[in-house]
Amino acid sequence: MQVTELTKRYDGKTVVDCVSFSIPKGKVISLIGPNGAGKSTVMGMISRLIAHDSGLVDFEGKDIGKWKSRELSKRLAILTQTNNIQMKLTVRELVTFGRFPYSGSRVTPEDQKIIDRAIAYMELEEFQDQFIDELSGGQRQRALIAMVIAQDTEYVLLDEPTNNLDIYHATNMMKIVRRLCDELGKTVILVLHEINYAAFYSDYICAFKDGKIAKFGTVKEVMTKENLSQIYQVDFELLDIQGKPLSIYY
Amino acid sequence: MQQLCSNKFVSPTTGATISSAQFGILLALLFLPQSTLWSRALFAFATAVLGTWIFVWFIQRIRFKDVVMVPLVGIMFGNVIGGITNYLAYQYEMTQALSTWLVGHFSLVLRGRYEIVYLVVPLVALAFLFANHFNIVGLGKDFSRNLGLPYNTVLFMGLTIAAMITASIVVVVGSISYIGLIVPNVVAMFKGDKIRGTLVDTALFGALFVLVCDMIGRVVIAPYELPIELIVGILGSLIFIGLLIYRLNHGRKAVRLGSAGSSGCSASLSALEGRDRS
Ligand SMILES: Nc1ncnc2c1ncn2[C@@H]1O[C@H](COP(=O)(O)OP(=O)(O)OP(=O)(O)O)[C@@H](O)[C@H]1O
Ligand SMILES: [Mg+2]
Repeated sequence: MQVTELTKRYDGKTVVDCVSFSIPKGKVISLIGPNGAGKSTVMGMISRLIAHDSGLVDFEGKDIGKWKSRELSKRLAILTQTNNIQMKLTVRELVTFGRFPYSGSRVTPEDQKIIDRAIAYMELEEFQDQFIDELSGGQRQRALIAMVIAQDTEYVLLDEPTNNLDIYHATNMMKIVRRLCDELGKTVILVLHEINYAAFYSDYICAFKDGKIAKFGTVKEVMTKENLSQIYQVDFELLDIQGKPLSIYY
Repeated sequence: MQQLCSNKFVSPTTGATISSAQFGILLALLFLPQSTLWSRALFAFATAVLGTWIFVWFIQRIRFKDVVMVPLVGIMFGNVIGGITNYLAYQYEMTQALSTWLVGHFSLVLRGRYEIVYLVVPLVALAFLFANHFNIVGLGKDFSRNLGLPYNTVLFMGLTIAAMITASIVVVVGSISYIGLIVPNVVAMFKGDKIRGTLVDTALFGALFVLVCDMIGRVVIAPYELPIELIVGILGSLIFIGLLIYRLNHGRKAVRLGSAGSSGCSASLSALEGRDRS
């Protein structure tokens, strides 16, 4: 995926400003940055949910807007930051919708297997017949992620997937992201606020600030004291744990 | 309609569909005084679909923060259309003729006057076929686009089906208010919102409900007959208030027949005691 000079304005205010980058295939890329930096807007634009004002998003050799919606949904899945679901569906029914791009309303036994696997990945077996509006916020978030996993796409975009998750499930989530990448060869793009998760589990980090890319590179390149203090305006201390740069901020 | 608009309070009554259909019938009576049932139905279809589209287009543009605002706007919109209908009916001395379609009743259901109802069958079959599409649309625009579903097309197709079903009923028996609001809500409380799984239950429960109301209407002041609209209105609003109170007390939890809610609590208590003792 190649993004060139992508720009988005809301009411004359430029929220994403001439951003260019390319997504390395088969890697985990984390987007970090302060609130309002434009991370979600970029995610929306590279997944055709939000229209861009100028620039180009090239997905697998073709402009993202020129893709057939159905075809694209077999190649790229996105979970947005806010999902306000009022509907009374069971976890399994929700996850089953992940197979919609492939099978429409006719779910095959093959689909059932993929659904079972997605539910097992997110450890939702015991909730699978419960209604999602009766679950806790974190359980609901996991159900939504399971749906995206069931969609089984090459590119997986997750906007703050660890939102609402406790330490166990957040860590588990990040391990699953790693497995999606390492075992199944998927490209995963995440928005994360926990920069240590980003440092520990991703291959590349893209730091946003004020609608621009402040830094894009490997974890080691981006995770430096100077970079992080400049992006977040907070004092940082870096530690080396298991060969990964982890940060303490205060 | 509830699913498509992601709002539990939207229905043909609160979404201006019924009043639009009545407006269409009046237009047919005005412009084609010799009109048959079928040409009246055509007018009703056209206006019902159009009225529903305008309403949904409007609520999509405004994006209300409060879910209750949507049906309130719908009721207001419906009343504006109803006002115009009444005004025109007065002007052209049609109130008498029109009243048949304003208050739902079964006393004019005779051979040659009801066959349009059969149109409902293919429409419901269509709705069943696309049930999952409607479910996904109800989950939101981003959600549908992620799954490769053309949001607007499916939304307006679904609304068209709902409006045509409603119009074919209004042409035959007049308006039966709030049944489209109460019945799906009651069924969803027990069975959830997956349309494929609840369409048959909703249809059966709706039919049963109308049947019971009709029998009450025929018995209360026999040998005369009370219009079905009146009974459904009274019973329906009682049930609906009951539902609201239940929701307030029990949250959004699904109603499960023979649920083990209370025993679950005591069980965990005794488990705790057991641990204490050991
Ligand atoms: N629909 C919208 N209309 C107007 N302004 C918007 C809209 N969506 C986003 N913005 C603005 O664009 C800017 C970037 O928003 P965005 O959601 O991309 O931030 P973010 O980096 O994802 O932040 P967060 O970490 O809080 O999720 C913000 O200043 C926001 O106010
Ligand atoms: Mg965001």
